[in-house]
Amino acid sequence: MTLLELMPFIVLIPLIASGIVALLPGRILPWLVTLIAALASAVIAALVLPVAISEPPLSYPFGNWPPPFGIEYRVDAANAFVALLVSGMAAITLLWAPKRVASEIHGRLGTFYALFLLAVAGLLGITLTGDAFNVFVFLEISSLATYTLIAYGKDRRALLAAFRYLIMGTVGATFLLIGIAFLYMVTGTLNMADLAERLPELRDNNAVRAALAFIIVGMGLKLALLPLHLWLPNAYAYAPNFVTAFLAGTATKVALYVMLRFIFTVFAPDYSFVVLPLSTVLMVLAVAGMFAGSWVAMFQIHLKRMLAYSSIAQVGYMVLGVSLATATGLTAAFLHLFNHALIKTALFMAVGCVMYRTGSAKLDDLRGLGRQMPWTLTAFALAGLSIIGVPTTAGFISKWYLVLASIETGAWWLVVLILITSLMAVYYIWRVIEAAWFSDRPAGAAVVREAPLALLVPTWLVVALNFYFGIDTRLTVGASMAAADALLGSGVGLP
Amino acid sequence: MIDWLHPSLVLLVGAALLPLLPAGLRKAWMVLVPLSGLAVIFGLEPGQFGQIEFLGMTLVTGRVDELSLVFAYVFGIILVIGMIFALHVKDSVQHVAALTYAGSALGAVLAGDLVTLYVFWELMVITSVWLIWRRGSEVSFASGMRYLIIHALGGVLLLAGVIVYYQTTGSLAFEQIESASAAFYLILAAFLINAAVPPLHAWLADAYPEATVTGAVFLSALTTKTAVYVLMRGYAGVELLMWLGVIMTWYGVVYAVLANDIRRILAYHIISQVGYMVCAVGLGTTLALNGASAHAFTHILYKALLFMGAGAVIHMTGKSKLTELGGLYRYMPWTFVLFMVGAVSISGLPLFSGFVSKTIIIEAAAVEGRGLIYLMLLTAGAGTFLSIGLKLAWFTFFHQDSGLRPREAPANMLIAMALAAVLCFLIGVVPGPLYAILPAPIDYNAWTIGHVLKELQLLLFTGLAFFLLLGFVGGKNKIALDVDWLYRGGGRTAVLAASGGISAANTRIRRNLLDALKAWMGRVKKRHGRDGKLARTWPTGSMAFWVAVLLASLLVFGIRQH
Repeated sequence: MTLLELMPFIVLIPLIASGIVALLPGRILPWLVTLIAALASAVIAALVLPVAISEPPLSYPFGNWPPPFGIEYRVDAANAFVALLVSGMAAITLLWAPKRVASEIHGRLGTFYALFLLAVAGLLGITLTGDAFNVFVFLEISSLATYTLIAYGKDRRALLAAFRYLIMGTVGATFLLIGIAFLYMVTGTLNMADLAERLPELRDNNAVRAALAFIIVGMGLKLALLPLHLWLPNAYAYAPNFVTAFLAGTATKVALYVMLRFIFTVFAPDYSFVVLPLSTVLMVLAVAGMFAGSWVAMFQIHLKRMLAYSSIAQVGYMVLGVSLATATGLTAAFLHLFNHALIKTALFMAVGCVMYRTGSAKLDDLRGLGRQMPWTLTAFALAGLSIIGVPTTAGFISKWYLVLASIETGAWWLVVLILITSLMAVYYIWRVIEAAWFSDRPAGAAVVREAPLALLVPTWLVVALNFYFGIDTRLTVGASMAAADALLGSGVGLP
Repeated sequence: MIDWLHPSLVLLVGAALLPLLPAGLRKAWMVLVPLSGLAVIFGLEPGQFGQIEFLGMTLVTGRVDELSLVFAYVFGIILVIGMIFALHVKDSVQHVAALTYAGSALGAVLAGDLVTLYVFWELMVITSVWLIWRRGSEVSFASGMRYLIIHALGGVLLLAGVIVYYQTTGSLAFEQIESASAAFYLILAAFLINAAVPPLHAWLADAYPEATVTGAVFLSALTTKTAVYVLMRGYAGVELLMWLGVIMTWYGVVYAVLANDIRRILAYHIISQVGYMVCAVGLGTTLALNGASAHAFTHILYKALLFMGAGAVIHMTGKSKLTELGGLYRYMPWTFVLFMVGAVSISGLPLFSGFVSKTIIIEAAAVEGRGLIYLMLLTAGAGTFLSIGLKLAWFTFFHQDSGLRPREAPANMLIAMALAAVLCFLIGVVPGPLYAILPAPIDYNAWTIGHVLKELQLLLFTGLAFFLLLGFVGGKNKIALDVDWLYRGGGRTAVLAASGGISAANTRIRRNLLDALKAWMGRVKKRHGRDGKLARTWPTGSMAFWVAVLLASLLVFGIRQH
């Protein structure tokens, strides 16, 4: 079996496994099969990435129907990188899952893990497919699975959060569908590469313009771009901890990837950035998101909500990189896409550890906990360094490239804004550290033990990755540059 | 990376694991780690290794050539000896500090670029200061703090220099630094601080005598010699250094004659001996640079031996002042004998290591025709012999009976001292192997009649003078003021006076400012807290509204242009 034939299995393994897992009895077995499926998918993604970076895109026609007639999986550096991220984060969070899920969800777990695998398969499918309509299908698969996963949350507010996300997510997906339908109407094709070839002739067609607008708004919604972020804080805050840790690292990232794929590959930057004032709109929304997200995070008393708002700010950094529309800017966006997944997952995992012992994620209940759960809170503090962007952490690398990209385009003021929002991150992370180490345990509070090793080890693994990718940047920077090149294509640039 | 193992990595990992081991295994580990480090060092082949791409800079963590090898060898050797000397110490903080300190000094010596150098340079400072602080006294804490502050200043200068250097040359490679820009002086100043060149030297005589008994051994070996190495690498042949070096040789000697604390005498002699090396770097000829490397090699060994001897005395008696010591040869005969090996080595007595290295530098000055330099270097040797070989030894081990009845030093201390002493003697008798590893091929014979006679004459007459003037040269229990007075006494008084005024103003401003800030934060929290405008859980409809707004504006823009 060649690598090309193996590639579709990145999506197929979790998709098929989800059907099997749904039937499995008990609590351990479904998890085990899920983990194996996620690991297998991650291994294949890791094998595909170096090939995708060094060689022209891998194309796999389903059912041997040649594109543009059949559905094609088309993998270049950009989506291979995102696929590795999604499948890798799925595998890592799964390592952390069993102990954490045990106290949150009761009864047999077959359905739960089957839904999780569907969400993973959906996200991976969105990433790998080269067919626009297929993107919508997989988006719906992953979204529907995600809504259900969120509704699993112990807190009753999870139901409302999931319902709100369902409505808004559906609006987003519908917008994407409308956009794709417009494109199909004028070009008669759904294959992305084929669309890219035909669209330049239709530059002045209003339907094409409307399609771009719909797709950007639709994906902006899934991406939680301010002001379309309103579904995110509650969904993250009330979902089961394991689901939050996985979603925070992957769902918005894949939405960003889709947006990039349409802006850069399907429409080509010299179209998207000229026809619509995309650069300005994205930059304004990104900076507003950076500030509003950090600002609200500074005053949150619920840790998961705080991290959720911080995610909105971090999405702002990524979109800011995109809005610069340069190779370095895109590299920074991809780097932050990858690094932020590591950072936020580590933070949510640490909060999950705290909740495992105390059952609360309120800042007040965290007081004096540093001495009782030193490993957990040290992990939180170290991941916090990464989100602030302290050198030798992954967060520093992506911010560094973002700063480089801003300077390159002469936008010095952006550097100042990035620094200010980083300081705001210092504030909201410091509040946690202050509560954990510099306040006394409230009188009468129960004595808490350190989180079990089954939770600590995966958490520290992700923290260690944060530092590893802060020092050895060959993989991340190399892949991000290749991804940016793949999206920009050769010789395509802004006029 | 994989096919090349950085010796620092061995030491750093070893240091990190040390506190995790059960107490019973730590002693074995303390010998094993330095030995494996030494094995890695001896396995090094010349070349450029361990290249790391970081943020677009190419960092070379392992530049191995003849020059860096000489220093790497002797750092490895002294680490083994020093760790054996420290085996009886139960405080693992010190051991971790010593191992990381040696690891970072090695890293600095092997660094092929300025960024790597800077990282290890700073790491040296923050690890070595623990060897001072763990003495546990208030004096040692204060002097460790001064040590830290001065070296932090040096670090900042180095960093600034590196940045300017990169700006002007576009390169980060650590080679001879051209005197074209401000970087030349910034980096030089940082190096001179570490080399303890007067007037930037006071930290050394301030801190080393206050360090722990075992920590002083590492301190004496690593920091100043790393500085000598970087000076050789970046500033060979800068004439200013030649004069600074000569001044150092005499400055150290004079202050050593005045000092009373045995380790302070030794500390001043580090300055004096490093002076020889700095002077040789300034001369810059092949012979002089060979001499500097050779002298660094032998100096590390005999100076560590002397610090170990003095440390053993302090460890067994609890006293460190000449005026309180005396008559110890009877109770600590082995310590005495081994200490004397170090003393005659530093004085340059034929048959011992100082003789075969110091004379190269003196010879280099003569070959260059630098008469004054030659004379001053030669005569400084007399002062060395006077204060260490005679004064220190006489007043510690002979002179009067001080009433102290210590036992002989523990076995691990004696073994470590014996190792160093044997090396001092072997190098003195058979200098061939040392000459073979020097940076350049050397054609030099220390054993000419002229050299031997000259040294012997000098030392014998010094000895004669010492015993004639015995009444005057003994240690006095007084304080000799050095440059550090400026920042210890005068500086502090001035700072305190100023800080009184500043802190009063500060309190006022703070109170007003904080009050305003608090009121503002209160308002902000009220408005933006949990249920603030932005943080509220908005109804779904509001989000649909925003979707409509965004879509409409994009469409309007898109179609308006049409």
